[in-house]
Formats: sequence, structure tokens, C-alpha cells
Amino acid sequence: MRKFLQPILAVVFGLALGLGVTRIAGENPWHVLAILGKSAFGTGYDFGMTLFYSTPLIFTGLAVAVPFQAGMFNIGAEGQLTLGALAAACIGALWPGVPWPIAPAFAIVAAILAGSIWGAIPGWLRAKRGSHEVINTIMLNFVAAGIASYVTLYLLKNPDTQNPETRSIGAGYLIHQFALFGGAPVSTALPLALVVAALIWILMWKTVVGYEMRAVGQNESAARSAGINSGRMRIIAMAVAGGLAGLVGVGEVLGNAGKFRLGFSPEYGFMGIAVALLGRNQPGGVVAAALLFGALHKGTADLDLETEHVTRELSLVLQALVILSVSADGLWSWMKKRNEP
Amino acid sequence: MNTELIASTLRVSTPLIFAALGGMFSERSGVINIALEGLMLVGSFAAAVGTLLTHSPWLGSAFGMAAGVLLAAAYALFVIRLRANQIVAGTAINMLAMGLTPFICKILYDVTGSTPSIPIAERFHSAPLYLCWVLVAGCFLWMKYTPTGLWVSFAGEHPEALDAAGIRVNRVRWMAVLVSGALAGMGGATLSIFLSSSFSRDMTAGRGFMALAALIFGKWKPLPTALACLLFGFADAVQIRLQGVPVWDGHAIPVEFIQILPYLVTILVLAGFVGHSRPPKAIGTMFQQG
Repeated sequence: MRKFLQPILAVVFGLALGLGVTRIAGENPWHVLAILGKSAFGTGYDFGMTLFYSTPLIFTGLAVAVPFQAGMFNIGAEGQLTLGALAAACIGALWPGVPWPIAPAFAIVAAILAGSIWGAIPGWLRAKRGSHEVINTIMLNFVAAGIASYVTLYLLKNPDTQNPETRSIGAGYLIHQFALFGGAPVSTALPLALVVAALIWILMWKTVVGYEMRAVGQNESAARSAGINSGRMRIIAMAVAGGLAGLVGVGEVLGNAGKFRLGFSPEYGFMGIAVALLGRNQPGGVVAAALLFGALHKGTADLDLETEHVTRELSLVLQALVILSVSADGLWSWMKKRNEP
Repeated sequence: MNTELIASTLRVSTPLIFAALGGMFSERSGVINIALEGLMLVGSFAAAVGTLLTHSPWLGSAFGMAAGVLLAAAYALFVIRLRANQIVAGTAINMLAMGLTPFICKILYDVTGSTPSIPIAERFHSAPLYLCWVLVAGCFLWMKYTPTGLWVSFAGEHPEALDAAGIRVNRVRWMAVLVSGALAGMGGATLSIFLSSSFSRDMTAGRGFMALAALIFGKWKPLPTALACLLFGFADAVQIRLQGVPVWDGHAIPVEFIQILPYLVTILVLAGFVGHSRPPKAIGTMFQQG
């Protein structure tokens, strides 16, 4: 029971507190809530945008969840997804003539590889040098942003525009967009994300590697006495995470923009932390939480226009409050104690 | 090496030194402080607001410290009282700071990007430069020669022993986290009212994490930690210095590459030295009164 109740209460609590904040800003919280709901689900296009934002969140949520199961905290999904998207765009811009089925496959592999390498670095540093992945992944986020802006502004600059973006990728790279959503860029990336979530469930709960990763996460010294190479598991978990984050590039580059745009991600990597924690670090939960946060993101994006004082940053505040309420173990045992006389 | 570069190193190191000293109190008492980044961010925002209101950098930095303490109290509430995972809650506090600062900025000044700029006469000129080193000495003496300093160390190394001596471990940790909020807030203040002329969005840019890295490199001791901050400050100063300077065949290194220098140095330093550095024994663990 607690399994479902805790995340739901955390969302209610976080939302209530967050809307209370808008009260301080001089808005009517009910009005804000109504705007949130309307702009996330109001029309087919709105709902499509919600799904569009949810797709990368499934990937980044998994990218946080897998290392979490292996006892690590990946706050580097932002850098990993940046390089994944950049790699996909580079392939597509450098070899624009590749025909359809091969082209996207090629770009997807590149995105996974780039993300994996970027994820494996902090995994390796933790396993071999003992330096904490939290600091290293944050630092690597900044490094990835530097690399991305260099490549975008100097090597593959789009000559037709002043916007900081790369040249367009070849037409053969574009993946299918569903027509159902009134022009919202919902592409094959969404079903891909669902399939990947299922694959990650199989990897983590049905294979030996997955079992060993979770064993390291639960009790490293016990895992090591059982003969598990914990360093290797950490590197694998982080490489898998990086690959997952890299897949964000599929929906953005192949399914939406057709190029790499600097700053395309509204911190999907950080949102992935809230998604993973709310989804209890399990693939099914991550998918559900990604939908919720996709809706919240779409909703708050419109607050800029629809209200006088509330800005889209409310989304970050809400995420932080949800994370805090999910993680506060003491809160839940305290509530339980009150219910048991 | 010239005096300009040394001066610049000392200047850009000040926010790191304040924040790292703050992190020291929290971590020596057993509470990991990933939230340093967020504490600095609210500090830099509140200090800019305070200075714009009061026209005094001293009162402004008091605002910054107060904001740091307030957010640190929220952090302490979650990790000490409500037993949240310290790294997870710390990250949430950082996100809260990232979201709240533009949010409040919009309410106060109707823009999300940055506060109005602060006239030069109302900013700090050199005071934080000296103040941070006075604090390094002060923290050294405090940790080594006062009972409260000893309590902090015991809360992080042998909480059971401290408890047996009749001192409330969690109360000591609360105080240590609040002090770290004040110092990190001061560090943030130096960013907005000493090193630049206003608060701008996400202006801490990872400095809270660099301060943590300096803390590890400096083995959680005040003076070595401050020296480690100087190293990161030096990387930052070199980075600023190299921008646009032709180094090879008349070409400058692209700014995008130079700017990543401090981050790379942080990763390398951590990878090279962390093995020789032992964290406080009870760091990251909850203490439950028996």
C-alpha cells in the first residue's frame, strides 16, 4: 500500500506547497492550477506536447534510476544527453545522404555511444579512483556544455541563421511523427522510450548483470564477498545510464528539430532525478512519473504568458518539493505512528 | 606569472573559500553538504537584493547569510529530523534554489534573468578578500581549541561517544549545518556584490561543488582546504585571462574550451588525491538518540 500511497501523497504535498508559493506571488492558486491542467491536457496539441516532454523524461528518469539501483547518484544526465543529441546531429549533418532505415539506426547508435562514454567516465572514476560521482557528473555537465557550444558554433554552424544551432541533418534521418496531436512533435521516440523502459526492467530484474548491479547497490561489501566485481558493475551501470540519457537526442534531433540546438533541454537531466525518485527507481514507476512531470512542465511553460508573476521556474520548485517529500523517510514513519494508536 | 594573475586568483577564490569553510562545519559534523551550491545561490541573490535595498554591502551580505541560514534550516529539517537521504535532499535543495531565485526576482524586479545592477560605490571593494582569510584562521582555532569545535568533530567521527558524554548529537549537527548556510551564503554574496555588479541567474555555476572538491582535497581542514580553493581559483583566473589571447599562430583558444578548465582541474584533482583523503567516519549516517 505504502508503495503507491507515498509517491501520491508526495505529489499532493509538493503541489500544495508549490501552489502556496504562487499565493505569495499574488496569484490565486486555484487559477494557477486551472491553467496548469488546461495547458497540459486542454487540446490534442497540448496533450501531444505533454507526451513530447514526457519522452525525454522517461530516458533521463531511467538514466538516474539504473545507477541508483547500483548505489550511485547520477546527476550528469544533462551532460550525457547533450553529447548524445550532439552526436546524432553530427552524424546526420556530416553524412546527409544516408537513406532512411539505415540513417536513423546509425544516428541512434551514435547517440547511445556518446552518452555511454560520458556516463562511463564518472563510473570509472568512482570505481578506480574513488572520487564521488556527484561532483564529477556535475563538472562533466559543464564540460559537455562547453564541447557542445564549440561544435555548434565553430564546426557545424548553420550558415542560414543567427540561432546557435548546427546544420540540418539529412532527410533520411527523420523519424515518423504521429499526426494525431495537432502538430505536436510526438514521434516514434515515444514508443521507443516505452520499449527501452521494458528492456531496462528485463536487464535489472531478469539478468545476472542486473542482479549483480542491484546487489552492489544494496550492500557493496556483501556483494564483493559474493564475488561480484563491484567496480565493474558501477562502470556498467553508469555507461547504461549515459546511453539512456543519450537517447534523448532521438526525440529531439531525429523526431523534432532535425538539428542540434544549443540549450534545447530545459534541464531534462535534473527533472530525471525527480522522475526517478517519484517512480521509486523502477521502470514502470519512471514511465508514470515522466508523464506527470511532462504534464507539469507543459503546464508551467504556459504560466509565463498566462499569469503576471508566476514563471516557468515554478516547475523546478515543484520538482524540488516533490523530491524532498518523497525522500523524507522520517515523515512517513511519523505519519504511520500517528495512525497506529 | 604576474601580480595581476595572483590578484585575480585571490579575488575569484573568495567565494570558494567561504563556501568550503561552510561545508567543513557541516561535513565534519557528519552531514554531507551537496546543498552548498544552492545555499550559495540564494546567498548571492539575497545579498544583491539586500544591497540594493540598504545601499550597504555589509547589510547586503547579512541578507545573503540570512538566506543561506534559512535554506540550510530547511535542509537540516529534512536530513536530520526527517532522515532524508543527504545527497538526494541536497540535490533537491539545489533545485529549489535554482527555481526560487528567478521566481522571486520576477516578483521583485519583473525580470527573471538578473537583478538591477548595483552602483560601484555600494559594492565591496576588497573587504571579503581579507575577511575570508581571517575566517580561515578563526575556523582553525574554533575547531581545534573550543569545546563546540570539538563537539562538531565528535558528531562526525564518534557520535556515540558524544552522546554518551551527554551532548545532543543532532543539536550539534543542526548548528553546524546552519553555520554552513551562513558561510555559504556569504560566499554567494561575494559573487554578486564583490566579483560582479548584480545577481544573475545560476551565477554560482558549480562553485558549490568545487568548494566540496576543495574540502575533500584539503582533508576537511581549514587551511589546506583554503589552499585547495586557491588552486581552483587559479584555474578560474587563468581561464579568464586566456580568453581572446592569441596563443598559437595568432589564433586564440575558443572561449568554449577555456571555460571548461576549472571543471577539468576539479575532476583531475579529485581523481588524483581522493584516495589519500579520509572523510569523517560517521559522515552521511543518521544518528538516532538511543
